[in-house]
Amino acid sequence: MAKLLDKQRYKCALGAMQTVQAITRAIPVLHSGPGCAQKLSDSIGSSGYFSPNIFPCTSINEKDVVFGGAKKLETTIANALKVIDADLYVILTGCIPEIVGDDTAEVVSHFADSDKPVIYASTAGFKGNNYKGHEQIIDAIIDQYLERSDEKEKGLVNIWADVPYQDLFWLGNIRELEKLIAELGLTSNTIFGYQHGIRNIDRIPKAEFNLLVSPWVSVGNMKEMEKKLGIPYLHYPTLPIGAFETSKFLREVGKFAGVDEQKVESVINEHENYYYYLIERYADMFLETRVMAKQFSVVADAQYALGITKFLVNDLGLVPAKQFITDDTPKQFQEQIKAEFENLNYGLKAEVSFETDSYKIHNEIQSHDYHGYPLILGSYYEKEVTEKIFGHFLNIAWPVQDKVVLDDFYVGYTGGIRLIEDIYSVAVQRWN
Amino acid sequence: MALNLESSNVATRENRIGSITGYIGTLSDLANQSECGTLKGCSRCFSQSSTCLSSCALGQLSAIRDVAIIHHGPAGCSVASAGAYYLDKVMAKKRGVTNNTVYVGTDMNEKDTIFGSADALRRIILEINKRYSPKAIFVTSSCATGIIGEDIDSVVDDVKDEIDVPIVAVHCEGFKSRIWATGFDISDHAVLSSIVKPPKQKRNTINFKNFYESARPEIIEIFKNFDLKPIFLYCNSTVEELSHISESLATTCICGTLGNYLGNGLEEKYGVPYIRTINPLGIAGFETWLREIGRVTERSEAVEKYIAEQREIYIPQIEEIKKELKGLKAVLGMGPGYTFEVSRVLNELGIEVVWALAWHYDKKYENGDVPPSMEYLLENGVDFEASVADQQNYEVMNILNKYQPDLYLSRHPGSTVWAIKNGTPAVYVADEYMIFGYKHTLEFAQSILDSIHNRSFEKNLARRVKLPYTDWWYKQNVDAFLEEGKK
Repeated sequence: MAKLLDKQRYKCALGAMQTVQAITRAIPVLHSGPGCAQKLSDSIGSSGYFSPNIFPCTSINEKDVVFGGAKKLETTIANALKVIDADLYVILTGCIPEIVGDDTAEVVSHFADSDKPVIYASTAGFKGNNYKGHEQIIDAIIDQYLERSDEKEKGLVNIWADVPYQDLFWLGNIRELEKLIAELGLTSNTIFGYQHGIRNIDRIPKAEFNLLVSPWVSVGNMKEMEKKLGIPYLHYPTLPIGAFETSKFLREVGKFAGVDEQKVESVINEHENYYYYLIERYADMFLETRVMAKQFSVVADAQYALGITKFLVNDLGLVPAKQFITDDTPKQFQEQIKAEFENLNYGLKAEVSFETDSYKIHNEIQSHDYHGYPLILGSYYEKEVTEKIFGHFLNIAWPVQDKVVLDDFYVGYTGGIRLIEDIYSVAVQRWN
Repeated sequence: MALNLESSNVATRENRIGSITGYIGTLSDLANQSECGTLKGCSRCFSQSSTCLSSCALGQLSAIRDVAIIHHGPAGCSVASAGAYYLDKVMAKKRGVTNNTVYVGTDMNEKDTIFGSADALRRIILEINKRYSPKAIFVTSSCATGIIGEDIDSVVDDVKDEIDVPIVAVHCEGFKSRIWATGFDISDHAVLSSIVKPPKQKRNTINFKNFYESARPEIIEIFKNFDLKPIFLYCNSTVEELSHISESLATTCICGTLGNYLGNGLEEKYGVPYIRTINPLGIAGFETWLREIGRVTERSEAVEKYIAEQREIYIPQIEEIKKELKGLKAVLGMGPGYTFEVSRVLNELGIEVVWALAWHYDKKYENGDVPPSMEYLLENGVDFEASVADQQNYEVMNILNKYQPDLYLSRHPGSTVWAIKNGTPAVYVADEYMIFGYKHTLEFAQSILDSIHNRSFEKNLARRVKLPYTDWWYKQNVDAFLEEGKK
């Protein structure tokens, strides 16, 4: 049922063209109206080896709506194979072909024998948001491209995290997760980012297990891979930010992978030593900041709302006011995520609201007494409302206008330090 | 043109003024074929993504202060609301005003495509009106709502009794037209049909259609010389201001593609003269334009005095910098409201245009003539290879690779980077006032010079990156995918 999307924080399923874009040398081919790619890309950082204005598109017109666009799709794919130098061609369908009933699967089947793989994903805008679209793309790769492998690589782990581009820090986060996993003596495999592409996709079936670091996105993909490829998975719902969560994360992954406990502890110890060397040097800043209340709110997708809440509470000793999850989390995951917010140090519980109507979110923020100048971490929409309540604002969720991120990250020990740097760079602007 | 404000639907540029998106030839051939009526656009059997007309339409409307845009469709259609929110805030701040425009979506889902969601839309309109008390409400469709036949006109008619501000349906199905500029017409139509009132008195104002009013302070100063006040549209406009634009002495615009529907509409409906000269870019453009404003508003003497004073300051400086630009070769790709205007300025500066791409081409303006910018070039003996391509980047890259010009000039986000990857210095002519008047023509010349003097960035990048097109494509003629006779 249509609903009021006031200050929207996600795109539609076709926005998953960015998931394809994040796979090196994979090209999205859009069976859609002419402007969908431009609309669904961001004005900063959307370029690269391919950019939205390179994405082939059937640019459906009125005639195609009446007579169908299958023929146009056929010539677009055939010529994309000739013109564009890519390793993987992913056809994404938009609203129009799915309403008028173009048989995309049939057209794509004509390219089964082409030199490069051509697959398709059903990503009509009305089928869900770009978080769901992201899952559709990974499912398309599993269902149409991957085969079960009897051969396994010892210690090989596929790492999956949240949605590229929608997540401002996607590139830095996934690289940092890889580094952490490598320190446990495991070999990581991810399909997104610099030099990660078709070879990594080919390697997926050889992994000993899938590691999913996300509250809910891609849980379905993990189940699908377990079923089709026989790969077990570890679902770690919290994006580990800072020492407390990252150490917990490493212990859990180590246990699942059968890594020697002493090895895990020595990795943790080394990181925590340096982490607390830094924290010690700046502890006075945390304690003696005259302008920041202990209470905070995060307005973001489940990943950051949960990850940052845990970090601020369990690492920095702040106290959660209400937290807002804005990614239209499917109902079946909400209870489980809520339970995570109630599982904080010292028995603290954070109230959490799954809300896509920002008017209501802003009203709640404005009517809450944070007992001082609060810290609000959210999307650009929270900037003005935070100014109204004299709070500190950090833009960590889409849409982002206040920050340019090339490969910065918030995950892990180092990520926690980066987040502290960002928060206090805002706080030190003020004095009381 | 025959303006029909009774209908909320606007005919596309293709149907109304014979606009095309596929052509390869020369400027003179393009003009001759337009005049004889033999010009037929080609279609392509391969194309890359371009732009949605709804971005143009709603980008314009959402820049008006304190209005509401209700975009009925899936979340991807209304995603432009994020950018609009940011722009509204920063543009208002720059002006020292506030803008509480809201742009919301309806997050249409699969069920809605089967059963429709007119009731939900009705509730959302009323809720937005209650929450924000906007000064006007624009209710807009999308491809999905268009195809399933959601009747937004009826929903709007239905709620009119309960809402005491202008409310109008805006038809924005992206598949309607390959020419995104149709979206500008759609926004003008919505403003003309719902907000603009018949004139009660004449004012000494000039309607000035532009994008982001960056030259606002200086244009206000220029017009003071002629006792005229510009009203900039639509960025930061108020609904109250817009309701009076029929009382202005004339309408002008910085980009013919952006403004011709409103200009012609105001002229046809309320007799407000529309300035149809070449645009105020470069020397000839600025002078021709100012003189026409002087003539139409009966202020020729003051205009001549101003031109004489300014010439004395700037012409010697422009002449000086021209010496360094002479002999450079350029390729450019822009909307038709700019391509042939900027070509003229490059010619004035002594830069040779070797190929000009227009993202579309309007065979005739609303009044039936060939666009004045083209007429001017041909009358002055300037001709070059030209093509019409709706931002087809692969065609641009093919051209740049073959001609290896000194310079590529472009006006659309994400386009210049591809030129520099080819090793070609690029100038991003994004600010619509970048070449306005004498002062900015001089600045423009200087920025071209700066761009070609230090080519480090493009050379560094070009050396390290691989281009995404196959060798096969670079060996093809640029028109390889054009199909004649089909549309």
